[in-house]
Amino acid sequence: MTKTYDAIVIGAGMSGLAAAIRLAMYDKKVCILEKHTISGGLNSYYQRAKRPFDVGLHAMTNFVPKGTKAAPMSKLLKQLRIPYEALELSEQNYSKITFPDYELSFSNNLELLLSEIEKNFPDEIDGFNKLLQKIREFNEVALDNETVMAKDVVSHFIKNESLLEMIFCPLLIYGSAWENDMDFSQFVIMFKSIYLEGFCRPKNGVRTVINLLLEKLENVGGEIHFRTEVAAIRTNHDGAISEIETKKGEIYKAPVVLSSMGYPETMNVLDGENNYSPRVGKMTFTESIMLLDKKPSEMGQNATIIFYNNRPKYLYRKPTEIYDNQSAVVCFPNNFGHDDYEDGWIRMTNMANYELWKELERPEYLKEKERVFNDSVELAKKLIPNFDANILVKDTFSPTTIERYTGHFGGTVYGSPDKSRDGKTPVKGLYLIGTDQGFLGIVGSMLSGISMANLYGLMEN
Amino acid sequence: MTREDVRQAVVDIIADIALDDDVNGINDEVALRDQLDLDSMDFLDIVMELKKRHKIEVPQEDYPQLASMKSCVDYLQPKFQ
Ligand SMILES: Cc1cc2nc3c(=O)[nH]c(=O)nc-3n(C[C@H](O)[C@H](O)[C@H](O)COP(=O)(O)OP(=O)(O)OC[C@H]3O[C@@H](n4cnc5c(N)ncnc54)[C@H](O)[C@@H]3O)c2cc1C
Repeated sequence: MTKTYDAIVIGAGMSGLAAAIRLAMYDKKVCILEKHTISGGLNSYYQRAKRPFDVGLHAMTNFVPKGTKAAPMSKLLKQLRIPYEALELSEQNYSKITFPDYELSFSNNLELLLSEIEKNFPDEIDGFNKLLQKIREFNEVALDNETVMAKDVVSHFIKNESLLEMIFCPLLIYGSAWENDMDFSQFVIMFKSIYLEGFCRPKNGVRTVINLLLEKLENVGGEIHFRTEVAAIRTNHDGAISEIETKKGEIYKAPVVLSSMGYPETMNVLDGENNYSPRVGKMTFTESIMLLDKKPSEMGQNATIIFYNNRPKYLYRKPTEIYDNQSAVVCFPNNFGHDDYEDGWIRMTNMANYELWKELERPEYLKEKERVFNDSVELAKKLIPNFDANILVKDTFSPTTIERYTGHFGGTVYGSPDKSRDGKTPVKGLYLIGTDQGFLGIVGSMLSGISMANLYGLMEN
Repeated sequence: MTREDVRQAVVDIIADIALDDDVNGINDEVALRDQLDLDSMDFLDIVMELKKRHKIEVPQEDYPQLASMKSCVDYLQPKFQ
């Protein structure tokens, strides 16, 4: 039996949900095909020990106060007709970048970062201000920006290597598919979203975002078919999209298909010969989550996120060992303006090596997860000198967990280093949305879904 | 439809698009972009809403006609007949 639509969206992650809402809003008959049983993708949720866990959420980036003009968050909410209040955002306290010899704090008020740079790197403040000016004037979302490596650009302004590494650290680990550097446009996107706008948290975490999106989608008449994995994408003799076959053997037809599976993953299910093979991204992570019988603030830690690095240089790359315990992102989800939790929570992200995780047999796999968790407890104790809490619940997930639940090859979180900024693929009618179109994170991926749906679903006809 | 009716139809659309903007004080002579938080994505929505609610088609080359409230009404009134 063949099902026919105006447009099909592959994946019910942030980008897919946003794209489908836009299309359905303007009366397109649209269906999302999602292989998993629930929505959210890389930022989904689960239940453990009777508590609500988020897969990914540390913080939403791009915080702006209500009514801020021309900001990504405002655009996003407007395009989806979601009132600002619905997310019940609360702001971070402050965050820290901690290196062996220096520490810099920043918050949603740029003044804090400026004063920290002035204090720690007085010779660099002029350069930093000039960099700020360049960033403010740069149009990072133009679809035709040429690729320039960001460290080359930034090193014209920042001479001190420690400061340069510190500025890059949060931006790389929160959004780079490339190792150790990133495209300058992506740098500007991340810089604005983290240092100029900032971190916030929707009340009750990612469920709030997903539920809002699902409710919208239903109201505008979009469909989602769960447990529906795309197994093949077929083209006709003109090289245009013709049909999709699912793992269960159903056939879906639509003239426009927007895929959030990822670039290599999409090309992999494309039928027939094609010699286009985007690279699989190397950046993947382990994540440890611990629940405590005391909140971090009761033990003197009020920071929201700590970007920790124990080396003189910051190594953002696939580690040669199974995971890198010399650097981490440590998130204290209690430390937002509004605290959603009864327990104390700490989440820790470490860079990891997918292949080394993949080859482990079950007993070794469990042992390694235990080691990751124990290291994260050690680091928590280092970052909270008065640590005296008991651990109530522990959970660790690995690159192979990410791969299993999201279908991303190599458990990659930031996708392929080969992005398709205009969303186009070699197939007419097949477009990329989300991570591999180049916009990532929760806010970025939704904006990607929206803009690609506008461009290829609404404007082209 | 009177000019006033057409104006109201456009205001209703903008109010739904720009949920957080105040549409009561729009100055008809001044570009909408300069008074409200509207970008090209939002102008696409105005066009899409005109089509959805009033079956009015605005071809891409006519988008500049939607710049201010006055130019909107001038351009749209004949189409509302
Ligand atoms: C541990 C972790 C922490 C994170 N922390 C943050 C954070 O604090 N802040 C932030 O902004 N971002 C964070 N992110 C990143 C953010 O989650 C992602 O950038 C974003 O969710 C990507 O959305 P997407 O729509 O592009 O892709 P995805 O979420 O990957 O969506 C793709 C969807 O497609 C489905 N799919 C795949 N293959 C098929 C198929 N063959 N057929 C049907 N469906 C298929 C998948 O199941 C999935 O639902 C984090 C990610 C992780 C993993």
